[in-house]
Amino acid sequence: MTPPLLGPKAKKYLLLKFDSPWLNRKLLVGLAILFTFLLFGLLGRFFWNTDLVFIGSSPLNLPPAGFENLRGQAGVGAHPLGTESAGRDMLALMIVGAPNTLFVGIIASVIGIAIGIVLGFSAGFIGGRVDAVIRVTSDVMITIPPLMVLVVFQTSIGEIGIVMMGVLLSTFMWQSPTRLIRSQVLTMREEGYVRMARLSGATTSDIMFKELLPNLMPYLFGSFIAILTTAIVTAVGLEVLGLGPQRVPTLGRAIYEAIASAALLKNMWWWWGIPTALLATMFIGLLMINLGLDEVSNPRLRKL
Amino acid sequence: MSKSRFPISFSFVANRIGTFLLTVVIAATLIWVIPRMSSVDPAEAMLGRMASGAGFVENSDQILSDLRERYGLNEPMLQQYFSYLRNLVVFDFGVSVASFPTPVSQLIAGALPWTLGLMIVSIILSFVIGNAAGAYLAWEETPRLWKVAIPAAMIFTSIPPILSGLLLMWLFSTQLQWLPLSGSYGLNATPGLNWEFIFSVIEHGTLPVLSIVIVSFGFWALGMRGLLATVQGQDYVRLASTKGLKPRYILYRYMVRNAILPQVTALSLKIGLMVSGQILVESIFSYNGMGKLLYDAILDQDFPVIQGISFVVILMTAISVLIVDLLYPLIDPRIRLEGGRS
Repeated sequence: MTPPLLGPKAKKYLLLKFDSPWLNRKLLVGLAILFTFLLFGLLGRFFWNTDLVFIGSSPLNLPPAGFENLRGQAGVGAHPLGTESAGRDMLALMIVGAPNTLFVGIIASVIGIAIGIVLGFSAGFIGGRVDAVIRVTSDVMITIPPLMVLVVFQTSIGEIGIVMMGVLLSTFMWQSPTRLIRSQVLTMREEGYVRMARLSGATTSDIMFKELLPNLMPYLFGSFIAILTTAIVTAVGLEVLGLGPQRVPTLGRAIYEAIASAALLKNMWWWWGIPTALLATMFIGLLMINLGLDEVSNPRLRKL
Repeated sequence: MSKSRFPISFSFVANRIGTFLLTVVIAATLIWVIPRMSSVDPAEAMLGRMASGAGFVENSDQILSDLRERYGLNEPMLQQYFSYLRNLVVFDFGVSVASFPTPVSQLIAGALPWTLGLMIVSIILSFVIGNAAGAYLAWEETPRLWKVAIPAAMIFTSIPPILSGLLLMWLFSTQLQWLPLSGSYGLNATPGLNWEFIFSVIEHGTLPVLSIVIVSFGFWALGMRGLLATVQGQDYVRLASTKGLKPRYILYRYMVRNAILPQVTALSLKIGLMVSGQILVESIFSYNGMGKLLYDAILDQDFPVIQGISFVVILMTAISVLIVDLLYPLIDPRIRLEGGRS
């Protein structure tokens, strides 16, 4: 009944043992998806007229090329992904909107992980009262759903831009990296190589950055991707409620406008469907990266 | 085994309740401080609503000072803050601006049971299904078919439930027309304990629950897969199988039982996100819960309602986290005996 210690898959990995675990397929596929997203947004504007994101720049309610809408109008090649009820070209809207959504998340999670590294290391290394304060604060802040506080913020302060939105979100993104790094540091600081370094007179910052940080890398990346996902989910949630940045197009806002205009009932599937599909692809890419990073940090998963 | 008569140590409970209270106070303070950073005067905003409704408001200065008096805006900040906290304790959030004399607490009380019901069902379903799926993914005896089917079902993992909600709504309500598009019960069902109503509620709740479960169960499945991978091949598992126990029994009573603990900790961290995802799902399905109330309040710029919902949702999250935290020692005997926190 007991299976052989090494299955065929594990043997395959043994043969490839000189390969870096960082080059696993899931991680590469995920990165490719996210990279395509960035390219689509950054290069798309050189191939497509992005002035078509302005209201009234295109005919209304056209379906994507090759389809017909309820009024029997056929899609045209000039608007390959169709247009919506305010006369905006869907393709232009996606080219401008997709990177905005990603940027909000990246700003929030870069700030979040930076705060997390500082607080996590301080809590793990200094200990005592500093540790207690950081631990309790992150315990408290991790329970509060960011969406609810940001809704209050948006409805009372109003208009914000992409960068401000990212900064606001980051106030809720540092807790889980802090906790993760703290607990990793607490276990790692007692390990042999760290004691060795301490005995040989390495400074605290040397121990932090030369001994601990390289070992924390897969966890840090994993945590980064996790809070990036959370940040984008929250940003999209705010946008779908009609909040979030108002002056620049975002994918969530496109969905909000589609819902508000009853696009589901009008069978204008391209209006909400295209941003939904793009966002879904983005999240699948993030998930793949996360799975790939899991395999880097937990080698047992590689043979599953 | 335990010498103490109580299963959980006192300091553990006190610690958790302390964190809970701190969370609620900090959240309440945040949603009080944020609006005060804005330059908009709430009394003027309210007067603005009246003016936009009537076109013209007579003796507006008088009304303005009356409103200020009534909402205590002339008092010192600290006094305003403490009376706000006092009101929160009795769930007094003031009155709604959009549907004027209705107290906010009354609006929320009507929506709360729907949100709570949806939340309990979807969290339990996704946790149970997810952990079972994850265990089968890592288990060596799982039939091949499952090892292919489960990852295929996990494709939606980590997508916000609002997106899966839209897709399901489009597929099952507008295209196939199997399930109702919106609302939380049918027009011809009278609320009460009758089969028609119960059936209608289940029918309307299916899509919202489904859209939350299909995007969240994968998270638990992945966690469980990773945890089970570390348990698999441990000595006690080998011993159990050499003893001749049935593989399925070993899976549930030896492997999952030991692997589940970090999942419960993860649950208490994940509840906040699941609840906010659910609020959004409710708003697109026009489900009679807090999500719809919030969506309407944002459209109406009904600030007291927004503030009230925000506080109640945070409170709900904090209570759920507290419950999960307090249940934790019951499944982890080490904490029960030592009184610490893992």
